[in-house]
Amino acid sequence: MTSLGTSQLLDFAFIAAVALFILALRWLSSPVTARRGVLAGEIGAALAVGATLLNPELVQYRWIVIALIVGAGIGIPLGMVHMTAVPQRTALSHAFGALSAAMIGIAEYYVGVPHVTRFEMGEISLEVIIGSLTFTGSLIAAGKLQEILPQRPITYPGQNFVSLSTLSAALLIAIALTVNPNETFLFPIMVGVALIFGVLLVTPIGGADMPTVISLLNSYAGFSAALLGFVLNSKVLIVAGALDGSSGFILSVIMCKAMNRSFTNVMFGAFGQVQASAAASTEARTVRSASPEEAAAILAAASKVIIVPGYGMAVAQAQHKVRELYDVLTKKGVDVKFGIHPVAGRMPGHMNVLLAEADIPYDHLLEMDDANSELPQTDVALIIGANDVTNPAARSDPGSPIYGMPILDVDKARTVMVIKRSMSPGFAGIDNPLYYFDKTLMLFGDAKAFVGDIVRELSGGAHH
Amino acid sequence: MPADFISNLYLFILAGFVGFEVIKRVSPLLHTPLMSLTNALDAIVVVAAIIIAGRHETVLSTTLGAIAVAASFSNMVGGFFITDRMLRMFKTGRPQK
Repeated sequence: MTSLGTSQLLDFAFIAAVALFILALRWLSSPVTARRGVLAGEIGAALAVGATLLNPELVQYRWIVIALIVGAGIGIPLGMVHMTAVPQRTALSHAFGALSAAMIGIAEYYVGVPHVTRFEMGEISLEVIIGSLTFTGSLIAAGKLQEILPQRPITYPGQNFVSLSTLSAALLIAIALTVNPNETFLFPIMVGVALIFGVLLVTPIGGADMPTVISLLNSYAGFSAALLGFVLNSKVLIVAGALDGSSGFILSVIMCKAMNRSFTNVMFGAFGQVQASAAASTEARTVRSASPEEAAAILAAASKVIIVPGYGMAVAQAQHKVRELYDVLTKKGVDVKFGIHPVAGRMPGHMNVLLAEADIPYDHLLEMDDANSELPQTDVALIIGANDVTNPAARSDPGSPIYGMPILDVDKARTVMVIKRSMSPGFAGIDNPLYYFDKTLMLFGDAKAFVGDIVRELSGGAHH
Repeated sequence: MPADFISNLYLFILAGFVGFEVIKRVSPLLHTPLMSLTNALDAIVVVAAIIIAGRHETVLSTTLGAIAVAASFSNMVGGFFITDRMLRMFKTGRPQK
C-alpha cells in the first residue's frame, strides 16, 4: 500500500461506521449491553461525519458549520424532553429525517437538470415523494400526540377516494417527469402533491392507532434515506436506511399483530367508524365500585399482584405514584409485576420507558405472553388507564370490533380492579364486559390521585 | 441502468436482511429506545447533506443542503442523547448498589 487517497480513507470510515451501526443494534438486544450499543453508534456516526468534513469536494464550510450548530441547538433540547413526550419527539424526528432526505433529493434534481437521466429521475421522484409525504405525515402525527390536533380520527365522506387520488396524482407526475426530466415546472407540483398526501394519510388516524402509524412512518423515513443512497450512490446511506426501514417495518408488523389488524385497515379503516353498529347492547348492568380503603385492604391481603398500565397512566402522569405503590406492596411481601401489552400507550415500548423512568426494575415488566401465563395464579390484576387491551370480548364475542385481538387475560385473576375516571367508554367506543364481572371492582377517580390514596392507606392507615 | 444500481441493490437487500435478523432479537422492553436509536443512525444522511451544502453549486442547493444538515444533525444529536438517557433508566431489581 503506497499511498492512500482521501476517497479510500472516506470509504474505510464509512465501512467502519456501517459495521458499528450493525453492532449498535445487535447490542440493543439486551438492557445489559444496550448502552454499549449507543456508544458504538455514536463512534460510527462521528467517524462518518468527521471523514466527510475532510472531503476535498467541500469548498465552503460556513453554511455547514452554521447548520451543524442550529441542528445541535434543536437536537439537544429534543433529547432532553420528559419521557411522557417521547412519542411526539419520535414523530418529530421522523419528520426531520424525512425532510432532510427530501431536501437533498430536491437539491440533486436542480443541480443535475438538464443532465438528469430518466433512470436517475425515477429514483429521485420516488425518493422525494416518500420523503415529502413522511415529512407532513409525521408532523400531523406529532401534532396529534402533542394534542395540538385532535386525537380522534378526522373523517369525511369519500376520504379514501380523495387520499388515493392524491397519491395517484403524485405518482403520475413522477412518471411524466421520468419520461421527460426537463419538464422542471412539474417537479414542485409533484413535491406539493406528495406533501398534501402525507397530511391526508395521517389525519384520519386516531390516537389509539399511533403505535402502528409511528412505526410505519419510521419505516418510510428509513426507506427514503436508503433510496437517497441509490440516488447519490452512497453505500452508507443504503445500509443505514435499510436498517432503519426494516426496524420500522418489523415494529409495524408487531403492532398490527397485537391489534389483529392489517396495514390497510389501520391506514384506511379509521378506528372510530366501525363502532357505530357495535355499541348496541346498552341494557343497564350493575358494576361494583370500591373506595381507596377497600382497594388497599384487598391489595395488602394479596400475595401476587399484576398491574396493567395503559395510556391513561401516561396522561395522568401516574407512573411515580405507581412506583410508590410498588414499593409499599413489595415491602409488605406482595409480589408485584407489570403486564405490558405491545400497543399500550402511543408508541412501541412506551409503557416500559415510563415505568423504567419511575425506577421500576425492568425484570418486573412482563411481556403479554409471560403476563398471561402468570395471571391465572394472580390474586389481583390492577388496571391503570388501560381499556381495550383487557377487553375479554376480544376472545369471546365475534361481533366485537376488536374480536381476535390478543389481550391480557386479566379476567383470569382472582380479583380485577380497574382505575377509571367514569364508565364512559374511550373514544373507540367499545363496551368492556370486564367492568360488569362479579370479580371486578371499579375504582372511580383520577389515576394519580387514586393510586396516591391507596398508597397512603397502605403505608399509614394500617391501624386505625 | 447504471452498473452501480445492481451492486447497490445487492447491498440494500443484504442490509435489509441483516436488519431484520438483528432487530427481531431486540426485546419489546426496548422498542422505544430501538426507534430513537435507529433514528439517530438514519441521521447519517447528514453526510450527504454536508456535501450538498459544502459544494456550493447554487444558492438553492446550498440552502436546501444547509436545511438538511440542520434537520438530520438534530436527529443525530437528539437521537443518541435520548436513547442513552432512556437506557440509563432500565435497571434490574437484583441488588447491585
